[in-house]
Amino acid sequence: MTESTYRIQGGTGEWEVVIGLEVHAQITSESKLFSGASTEFGAEPNTQVSLVDAAMPGMLPTLNGECVRQAVRTGLAINAQINKYSRFDRKNYFYADLPQGYQISQLYHPIVGEGVIQISLDEKDPDAHGKAIGVERIHIEQDAGKLMHDQHPTMSYVDLNRCGVALMEIVSKPDMTSPKEAAAYVRKLRSILRYVGSCDGNMEQGSMRADVNVSVRKPGGELGTRTETKNVNSMRFIQAVIEYEAQRQVDLIEDGGTVVQETRLFDPDRNETRSMRSKEDAHDYRYFPDPDLLPLELEDDFIFDCKASLPELPDEKRARYKNVLGLSAYNAAVLTAEHETALWFEQLLDISDEPEKIASTAANWVTSELFGALNRLGVGIENSPVSPAQAAELLGLVADGTISGKIAKQVFEIMLESGDGAKKIVEEKGLVQESDTGAIEKVIAEVMAANEDKVAQYRDGKDKLFGFFVGQTMKAMQGKANPQVVNELLRKTLG
Amino acid sequence: MTAIFEMGIVGIRSGIADGDFTAKEVAETFIARVSAAKPLNAFLVETPEHALAAAEATDKAKAAGEDLGKMAGVPIGMKDLFCTKGVETTAASGILKGFVPQYESTVSANLFKAGAGMLGKLNLDQFAMGSSNETSAFGNVISPWRRNDGGNADLTPGGSSGGSATVVSGRIAPAATGTDTGGSIRQPAAFTGITGFKPTYGRCSRWGTIAFASSLDQAGPMAHDVRDCAIMLGSMAGFDAKDSTSLDLPVPDWEAALNSNLAGKKIGIPKEYRVENMPADIDALWQKGIEMLKDAGATIVDVSLPHTKYALPAYYIIAPAEASSNLSRYDGVRYGLRDLPDGAGLQDMYAATREAGFGDEVKRRIMIGTYVLSAGYYDAYYTQAQKVRTLIAQDFDKAWNSCDLLLTPTAPSAAFGLGEKMDDPLAMYLNDVFTVPSSLAGLPAMSVPAGLDGKGLPLGLQIIGKALDEQSVFNAGLAIEERAGFVAKPEQWW
Repeated sequence: MTESTYRIQGGTGEWEVVIGLEVHAQITSESKLFSGASTEFGAEPNTQVSLVDAAMPGMLPTLNGECVRQAVRTGLAINAQINKYSRFDRKNYFYADLPQGYQISQLYHPIVGEGVIQISLDEKDPDAHGKAIGVERIHIEQDAGKLMHDQHPTMSYVDLNRCGVALMEIVSKPDMTSPKEAAAYVRKLRSILRYVGSCDGNMEQGSMRADVNVSVRKPGGELGTRTETKNVNSMRFIQAVIEYEAQRQVDLIEDGGTVVQETRLFDPDRNETRSMRSKEDAHDYRYFPDPDLLPLELEDDFIFDCKASLPELPDEKRARYKNVLGLSAYNAAVLTAEHETALWFEQLLDISDEPEKIASTAANWVTSELFGALNRLGVGIENSPVSPAQAAELLGLVADGTISGKIAKQVFEIMLESGDGAKKIVEEKGLVQESDTGAIEKVIAEVMAANEDKVAQYRDGKDKLFGFFVGQTMKAMQGKANPQVVNELLRKTLG
Repeated sequence: MTAIFEMGIVGIRSGIADGDFTAKEVAETFIARVSAAKPLNAFLVETPEHALAAAEATDKAKAAGEDLGKMAGVPIGMKDLFCTKGVETTAASGILKGFVPQYESTVSANLFKAGAGMLGKLNLDQFAMGSSNETSAFGNVISPWRRNDGGNADLTPGGSSGGSATVVSGRIAPAATGTDTGGSIRQPAAFTGITGFKPTYGRCSRWGTIAFASSLDQAGPMAHDVRDCAIMLGSMAGFDAKDSTSLDLPVPDWEAALNSNLAGKKIGIPKEYRVENMPADIDALWQKGIEMLKDAGATIVDVSLPHTKYALPAYYIIAPAEASSNLSRYDGVRYGLRDLPDGAGLQDMYAATREAGFGDEVKRRIMIGTYVLSAGYYDAYYTQAQKVRTLIAQDFDKAWNSCDLLLTPTAPSAAFGLGEKMDDPLAMYLNDVFTVPSSLAGLPAMSVPAGLDGKGLPLGLQIIGKALDEQSVFNAGLAIEERAGFVAKPEQWW
């Protein structure tokens, strides 16, 4: 792919960037990983905290099976190895947002092993410019709470609502070599998670965030020392971190310095990363198996059921749209990028007994007309004011010649505003296309009678006047005449 | 008739059933005993109202002709490691001073459901870390026992369930709950001439019990005799979905199946338990125990548990490792003590709170645990200790090829004087040498009183059984109890 040649131009020549991402994805579940408290976003502080989340004396964690199921489904969706034996470890450190004094995570035996995510930098033709990014592992862990520093002049407050919410940590291999590849990876991962339903992918609400590992090296050389920038929460910031870090590291090395392995933080206001703590100051997390929890052993049947519950995933779906429905590579890619879009499109096709026949027209309509309207309205497809069934009705009217494509646009606008069905609008507004040759011939005769001079000029060879007659005829019929029929009849009559 | 305060669970239960006395009279008797026992410092909190309310409920139920629970009308002492709803629970640590749980531990809830009342919360070694009850932040418990040498030296009741041992042996409560991590039920039971039972790991839920070392902690009964222990354990145990390590198995009716005829049973005598410098009294008692079990019909076989000598070091790595993590939650942020010096930040608050709130032994174990889990030391200590733990469990598994139960002394000495071992943590840790291996393997084990040493102090014998085979342990305990004729009681001097 062309972007694989992304290079930093330094004083000593070109530098290559090596990127690995650790994505934290909040698992979609009603309750937390080890307690029954709700996970709903946006509640009043400390209203969704169980005794376990607050780490009251004597409280014990009990594993939420739904979170396990979602992690396994996610692993299966990236063709990863599912570890039938995994277990939970304690990661020990003190912080006010961590009531237990340890996070329950999986260091030694993660639930999901190696997998692969196919990415592409070319939206128009993903297959032509694909790249496989390796996933090292996925493990399950608890989220921490949140400190609030703006509530009191000298004290910090703690909100434990998020504390104990289930996360998947999805660790990539250092397989990415440009900011765009990293963004494409996160975009694809997010798409898969949303297809699977294991994470809502909402980066603004913190449901997905990434730790970005960056190092630089001379092309093909030994791997450099990496830095890890924590908790980056947008696609744009991820790219900004990589650009900034790569340049900083190159400058540092070329000035005779060395890159220190450290944890950094991204400051979006200044668009730069800052050192948080170096390796020497790194916590010793004293990981050890959590004695409150038994090892997690998965049965074949459970894994089989997880597999059977997976929907058609974006890559399979895109291939089917291209190969079976005959869509263009671009339409197939655009319609499958988001699960909601694909579902909407498929509901639209469901109206027809022969979806292949209407697929291309429907795809074009969705990607141009519908997307255009939704963009204007600023709503997602899941909130589209026009339903797939309504859209099918509209496209049906075009297909059977009831209305022209031009009228269809007009009808669609009215549908968006009124919420009425296409047929009703067409009938009420009298927009039905006139294809009756008798009626059209009658109007043509009238137009010709009223413009005898122009008829003569045309017949003398002034071909350009044909358009004038079409326009006059359509005008006389208030735009409802079938333009094809008008053309044919005019040619015949004018000679 | 025996005085009510001399009675155990069985006596109280049948006395109430027969109408000899009411549950209320029982409660009042023991409430008075509790009040009079203040010099022993066994209670951290007294809850007479709880005992009375439970007694009244029992009397009412009886009057209405309802079925009574197995512990109906029995007022018990509750080790202060069990969280009790609305009653201060501190684990005998300054860091939890003033902490009042809004929830009831599963074990205490089970006992209350069975009709038991609570006389109060019992003193213990701080966070159950100790073998003499001297690490309590609220003063040590004094044993009701005294040596027969004419001296008035205060003795330890053992630990960590020292308060429980003192109230049961002093007839201040008919029974009490204990917890056992490396011997904390069995050693104090042995030191005070009572019966204490640690069930298979997972029989009793740990939910609501303040954690010391999660993979070892088990609750169990401390009572006058084997039958009382069987009744009480039956009311404490049971599957609890809130504890992932809880055993999802029905609770057998141990009391109903008690049978001291040991015909066909093979008792193993592990040669590695013959430690150096073991007092002759204890060795002799062990021999007596062997004879008693033979007399009950059992066959005696010699067995070897070759990794026994590594049990104590492994235990003192694993237990502190888990404790160092379990005790991280006491940070001054949400409950308990908070020490916030002027201008202090978060780290300063942690340091000041934990410095002020934890006792020396707790700090020592947190330090040991933190050390053995540290990068660079983890494999040498923690991983190695876990391997030893596996080998110790395998030792027992192999022994079960040739026997059904093991008989050993409970502790390597009788009760010692308060203050005698506080300066020597290693000598203190040696108290657990016979009890720790079965804890590491999660096996059921009990201590039964079997005799007195030359100074008139009680000595106990330990029976260890196969996982889930509490019944055989109870039965062998009963066989010893019937033959030992242990009737010694401390004279009431307080």
